[in-house]
Amino acid sequence: MSTVALTEAHHGSAGREWSGPAPKRTVTGYGFWIFILSDIVMFSAFFATYAVLLGQTAGGPTGRELFDLHAVAIETAFLLASSFTCGMAAIAADARSTIWFQLAMAVTCVFGLGFLNLEQQEFASLVARGAGPTRSAFLSAFFTLVGCHGLHVSGGILWLLTMMAQVYAKGFRPDIQRRILCFALFWHALDIIWIAVFTIVYLLGSAK
Amino acid sequence: MTNGHHQAVDDSDVAPGDEHLEGTSIGQRVVGYLTGLGLAILLTATSFFVARTDLVWEPSIPVALVVLAIAQMGVHLVFFLHITTGPDNTNNVLALAFGVLIVMLVMVGSLWIMANLNHNMMPMDQMMQMQR
Amino acid sequence: MLGKLTWAAIPFDQPIPMIASGVVALSILAVLAWVVIKGHLPYLWREWITSVDHKRIGVMYTLLAMVMLLRGFADAIMMRAQQSVALHSQGFLPPEHYDQIFSAHGTIMIFFVAMPFMIGLMNFVVPLQLGVRDVAFPTLNSVGFWLTATGALLINISLVVGEFARTGWLPYPPLSELTYSPGVGVDYYLWSLQIAGVGTLVSGINLVTTVLKVRTRGMSYLRMPMFCWTTLATNLLIVAAFPILTATLAMLLLDRYLGFHFFTNEAGGNMMMFMNLIWTWGHPEVYILVLPAFGIFSEVFATFSGKPLFGYRSMVAATMAICILSFMVWLHHFFTMGAGADVNAIFGIATTIIAVPTGVKVFNWLFTMYGGKVRFETPLLWSIGFMVTFIIGGMTGVLLAVPPADFVLHNSLFLVAHFHNVIIGGVLFGAFAGYTFWFPKAFGFKLHEGLGQAAFWCWLVGFYVAFMPLYVLGLLGMTRRMQHYDVPEWRPWLIVAAFGAALILCGIVLQIAQLVVSIRRREKLRDETGDPWDGRSLEWATASPPPAFNFAVLPEVSGEDAYWKLKHPATGQGRSHEKPEYGAIEIPRNSPTGFVCAFFATMMGFALIWHIWWMVAAGAIGAFATFIVFAWRDHDEDVIPAAEVARIDGSNRAQRHAIFGKEAAE
Repeated sequence: MSTVALTEAHHGSAGREWSGPAPKRTVTGYGFWIFILSDIVMFSAFFATYAVLLGQTAGGPTGRELFDLHAVAIETAFLLASSFTCGMAAIAADARSTIWFQLAMAVTCVFGLGFLNLEQQEFASLVARGAGPTRSAFLSAFFTLVGCHGLHVSGGILWLLTMMAQVYAKGFRPDIQRRILCFALFWHALDIIWIAVFTIVYLLGSAK
Repeated sequence: MTNGHHQAVDDSDVAPGDEHLEGTSIGQRVVGYLTGLGLAILLTATSFFVARTDLVWEPSIPVALVVLAIAQMGVHLVFFLHITTGPDNTNNVLALAFGVLIVMLVMVGSLWIMANLNHNMMPMDQMMQMQR
Repeated sequence: MLGKLTWAAIPFDQPIPMIASGVVALSILAVLAWVVIKGHLPYLWREWITSVDHKRIGVMYTLLAMVMLLRGFADAIMMRAQQSVALHSQGFLPPEHYDQIFSAHGTIMIFFVAMPFMIGLMNFVVPLQLGVRDVAFPTLNSVGFWLTATGALLINISLVVGEFARTGWLPYPPLSELTYSPGVGVDYYLWSLQIAGVGTLVSGINLVTTVLKVRTRGMSYLRMPMFCWTTLATNLLIVAAFPILTATLAMLLLDRYLGFHFFTNEAGGNMMMFMNLIWTWGHPEVYILVLPAFGIFSEVFATFSGKPLFGYRSMVAATMAICILSFMVWLHHFFTMGAGADVNAIFGIATTIIAVPTGVKVFNWLFTMYGGKVRFETPLLWSIGFMVTFIIGGMTGVLLAVPPADFVLHNSLFLVAHFHNVIIGGVLFGAFAGYTFWFPKAFGFKLHEGLGQAAFWCWLVGFYVAFMPLYVLGLLGMTRRMQHYDVPEWRPWLIVAAFGAALILCGIVLQIAQLVVSIRRREKLRDETGDPWDGRSLEWATASPPPAFNFAVLPEVSGEDAYWKLKHPATGQGRSHEKPEYGAIEIPRNSPTGFVCAFFATMMGFALIWHIWWMVAAGAIGAFATFIVFAWRDHDEDVIPAAEVARIDGSNRAQRHAIFGKEAAE
């Protein structure tokens, strides 16, 4: 919040004289950053539970028997590529180029949907094989951790489509630019969490 | 250089996710993302390779995987999220450090405690299995 | 069509909930009728329900807390009464009811009294103390409040439609699993807290960002009032701890709804992981409760001693140390669960270490008073009462931190006495001190002093009479949550405790009387200058109540105790006569988003509890639609023209000069 009388409100960082409330973009971005950190703490609770329940297969199948690393590799590729195209969308938004923004976002969406499709297939196949989340504590933890990430990606897709609609309807207004910034933070953070997922769940789980 | 958003004066704290834009062209920014992408692909491929190969000493595989994962998270933070160690990023880095601390406490603490609990107090399921 | 919901859900055969709900329903209808008939509804909608002003939201949070205090206290009275009579007898509350009562008591007191009270005070005060117009995200603030209110509403609905959990305020599995709690009680608990938890998290994000990024010119970190530092620490803890609660409750929900096996007896579930995770949240939670109170006491001790806070930097260090350390002690809540001596020892030592920064704070408060001109008005009485009471509670905490002692005392009434000692003595006394201290700022008139002092004494004496016997009972071997018992030695102590509860009831009655009397005599109690206590920080520089924009021109700060510096040169040299340059001010526009969102959240919560799946979908779509409507809004802000700002501020300044000018002339 700034007053007209203090429009030159630039503010210093540590060590310099504090010159007033930060610009809106900084405030919004920082607030969303804090939210992302809280989300990462939530994931850490699911990770911790997964790690604790890793051996509790109740006589049922283990990760090594279930995980298909080829699919995981493709999923990883999709998410990584989507992070890149999301970065392109952010650049396009800064340059106020509608065409490039919508194109980059659309490609991001396609990659994201590709990821979700593969993951849904994996889950369906596990359930069909009798290795659903109700089979054992290990599987409950697996489905919850990976599924929570998938739910976040789904929410992200909804948000992505909303941003495309907003830019289409209203152009690159400052508040829409701030939302694009937050979306990009969210999408990149999801890829960071996926790094932890594929390493801890899939790779460590299938290592010889 | 055009900024789609209003950027405050130079010495302002930068929003997380924003890059410091003076002097950089669009081409340079794209190259930054491409570099990040390239490094990430390299690290991911290495991870998958290490997990399945016979070439690496087996007990070191988990450590190697964790190190590669942390490195890749770093690549994402630097190249995609533009987190730097400059004074305009101090708050962002501090917040991240706080988050990492909590994550470490939750994970390491839980694993340590549960390992001790499981050792002394067997989970119900195993107890029931033993009674059959 | 309506899931599990049938007419059988309403406990027609149980007089207590039926009468209680009847009374509450009638009161709500009466208040609503009065509001509508007097034509206040448009005002309420425009100025309060859709408000995104931090001051209004802060007041609403506090009001919610005080109303829920009555419900939680009613539960307490019932428990004390039951335990006084239940020697060799079932008393008047059968176990299935008694269990719901103690569960509801704890849940309501922690989540819907202590949390909203503190969050309300932080919301109201912090932007004013930081010299700015509002928090970082005003509309989000409104969403957070209304979601918290939704949680409170759901718990209260459980009284009359269905049942509440019987598992205590933390629903340990396997008791809380579907096998052993097949009813809707645990589901009410879980959904209520998940929804309120989102609200709390939102508040946490908001206040962290506000303290770190939205402060007036010149207010560097080390010039912030102490209350802002404790707000920062508290909200960092909220942001870090509440996601763990969300995750843990989600896992229990998955077990109950989808047959997962996180904490079940079968298929490899590990119920001890629930305890571990819930206390990883639970311990920071109690610091979330008490840190704002510490901040309030810092403000009160300094103001009512007429001296700056002693040892400001060490206070800051102590606060941030408590913030970090609070994440390193959580196992002390389950020493007896079998982790072994090594683990117990480490966490026991960490727990005793965390007492040190609190000790630093206590000494700093004492040194603040020493050598000052101490005014024993109600806020200071609460603070001194806190000091004595909290020290006792803290000492019993350090005793419990010793694992061998804890093996004797865990889950006894000694533990119950300890945590009530610190929560009532720390959090609640702080809440009451803050309420009395900032009431004039919020409403423009002070609370009646005599009734305030009387209420304080009833509470203080009542607390000791109610809870000191519980320490003795714990040492005599009485466990917590007992619906009946057969040890005659215990009964006299329980009767004394019941008498203490009655004294506290007198205190509450006096507080209600104080409010009523103060409203009726508000002209006599009017705060003309905006600074009724000779305050030290910037909130006292505004009128009481402050205008919507708080400050016509954001103040410039050059040191600690920002307002004190502005004030004292001013009354001498007449600096406050300088008229500032006014500009137009943008304030965020009111929005029904929060209220509507909460409406859909209530719908979803209720539907999830009763398995009415179509209603869940409808609620979800509604909530999403609300966000879209909000996102499509074109005008985020209203503009107050410079002339209007000048008019409002001018009249406030004139009023202030009339008093200060008179005083300077005398």
